[in-house]
Amino acid sequence: MALLSRRLLPLCLRRGGPAAPRALSTAAAAPAPAFPSDGEEEDSITVKGVRISGRPLYMDMQATTPVDPRVLDAMLPFYLSRYGNPHSRTHLYGWESDAAVEAARARVASLVGADPREIFFTSGATECNNIAVKGVMRFYRDRRRHVITTQTEHKCVLDSCRYLQQEGFDVTYLPVRSDGLVDLAQLEDAIRPDTGLVSVMAVNNEIGVVQPLEEIGRICKEKGVPFHTDAAQALGKIPIDVNRMGIGLMSLSGHKIYGPKGVGALYLRRRPRIRVEPQMSGGGQERGIRSGTVPTPLVVGFGAACEIAAQEMDYDHRRVSALQQRLLDGIRAQVDEVVINGSMEHRYPGNLNLSFAYVEGESLLMGLKEVAVSSGSACTSASLEPSYVLRALGVEEDMAHTSIRFGMGRFTTEEEVDRAIELTVHQVKKLRDMSPLYEMAKAGIDLKSIEWSQH
Amino acid sequence: MMLRTAGRWLLGPASGVEAAPAAALAAAAARRGYHERVVDHYNNPRNVGSFDKDDADVGTGIVGAPACGDVMKLQIRVDEGSGRIVDARFKTSGCGSAIASSSVASEWVKGKQMEEVGELRTREIAKHLSLPPVKLHCSMLAEDAIKAAVKDYEAKKGKLVKADE
Repeated sequence: MALLSRRLLPLCLRRGGPAAPRALSTAAAAPAPAFPSDGEEEDSITVKGVRISGRPLYMDMQATTPVDPRVLDAMLPFYLSRYGNPHSRTHLYGWESDAAVEAARARVASLVGADPREIFFTSGATECNNIAVKGVMRFYRDRRRHVITTQTEHKCVLDSCRYLQQEGFDVTYLPVRSDGLVDLAQLEDAIRPDTGLVSVMAVNNEIGVVQPLEEIGRICKEKGVPFHTDAAQALGKIPIDVNRMGIGLMSLSGHKIYGPKGVGALYLRRRPRIRVEPQMSGGGQERGIRSGTVPTPLVVGFGAACEIAAQEMDYDHRRVSALQQRLLDGIRAQVDEVVINGSMEHRYPGNLNLSFAYVEGESLLMGLKEVAVSSGSACTSASLEPSYVLRALGVEEDMAHTSIRFGMGRFTTEEEVDRAIELTVHQVKKLRDMSPLYEMAKAGIDLKSIEWSQH
Repeated sequence: MMLRTAGRWLLGPASGVEAAPAAALAAAAARRGYHERVVDHYNNPRNVGSFDKDDADVGTGIVGAPACGDVMKLQIRVDEGSGRIVDARFKTSGCGSAIASSSVASEWVKGKQMEEVGELRTREIAKHLSLPPVKLHCSMLAEDAIKAAVKDYEAKKGKLVKADE
């Protein structure tokens, strides 16, 4: 094309002004986008119509955790310089990446008392639960047709079980007691000769209750049934030993223990060997259990998080227990009629689920925008149903609407807890003043005796 | 190469690129969030409180059910002679939209005739607060509360008249 000679090119370029380097909106160094605000105070943010000063206090550790800076340090080289695919067998990049993956595998294994050959990396605990439930049952589909699980399991386990039901398997959803623990006698009775899997989560994400894993493992071993546990919330927080607890399969998640999001690991026992049907077809990576390139940086981060957790578990546990006590005492000193959902003795201390009588959860959350917490209230879930976990505990519907979950962890400070107490108490008092139920209860009227006019 | 430079020339400096994310965020925030009015009524609710239930000129409406999470109590004080609502109070246990709906309802009934408030449309409260579809039942409940308060007052008046006779 002789039309645009090299001479004329610069002119064309200059027409639109000097080509300024366009900053990517996703660049880390780019200034944070301005939220629509009235421009009153410099420091305040207006989100969802609510103005808050600065970022909220994070007290939702069960949803996810911040990445520990030490974990990030371990991950970065594998993004920037050692970025090989661990399955590349022919060059240094692949070899060093593979070595890093195997080192991380060993760290994950040692945190749970397993052999590294029993750990398989996946994209997260949801994928692990899918492989565990569907994979095991489909592999043994000729001889085993029955699954036992509880009503308080995570949605991915319950949904996988429902999927199996459509394929013709039988599923028993065990009820739990009012303190959230599973009844061991009921579990033993429910096991049939054709039971292929018992799945009970170690620590519940909503209420923080710790199930009696050793006893359940013992029962399953006696009956010869594989025991699967979703330990996403338990890893690195309570001591786990797959041999002492008789665990056959276990789901682990990276982003619940200050590791990166997008990675998890499945523990599959070798002796006696538990077989699963793979859910991902492909090149046969991870011994054929889970095909797909193993994401080295994420896996290295997961390994580093496990190593740190192994060293700091005791210290974290003591610290978080003290914080939980502080939170509970602080709230109870100023408001009455506060109910703790789930057992207090068998609990991971970083998860405190409270119900405030006569106050509705979504309105409380609306006033607690400076503290990031979550609720088991109907209004906050997409459907208008209150949390199924609280319902399984037998919590009355009106109390289920008022629950708030406070999640504390390694990076939570005492000042944050004190401020959370202050804000919560203030909002609860304000809403109770506005509540006709509180007024009636204080006047001595029995709320259960009223006939409500529903529409 | 030529096409690329021509394209760059046509677009000029990075005008469109930076504006787009900010605009998209603004639109997203407006779509997802609470309306300002809902937040305003939540933070500064009007007319919270109670009248004495047994007052002759007070009508009390209690609607809802703790089971579905919303309970509203709306009370109106009516001027006997003119049939006009002179004051209102409410108490609500419910989500932010429910509180806002009943706060708005308590404001709107003030100064209106009793017959007028019977015609208050659900849509008006919902539109005023820009309630999303999933929250429409909150404004319906507020409307029910008004009707219940009016009915209660009329029932009381009816009883008094009967007692006098």
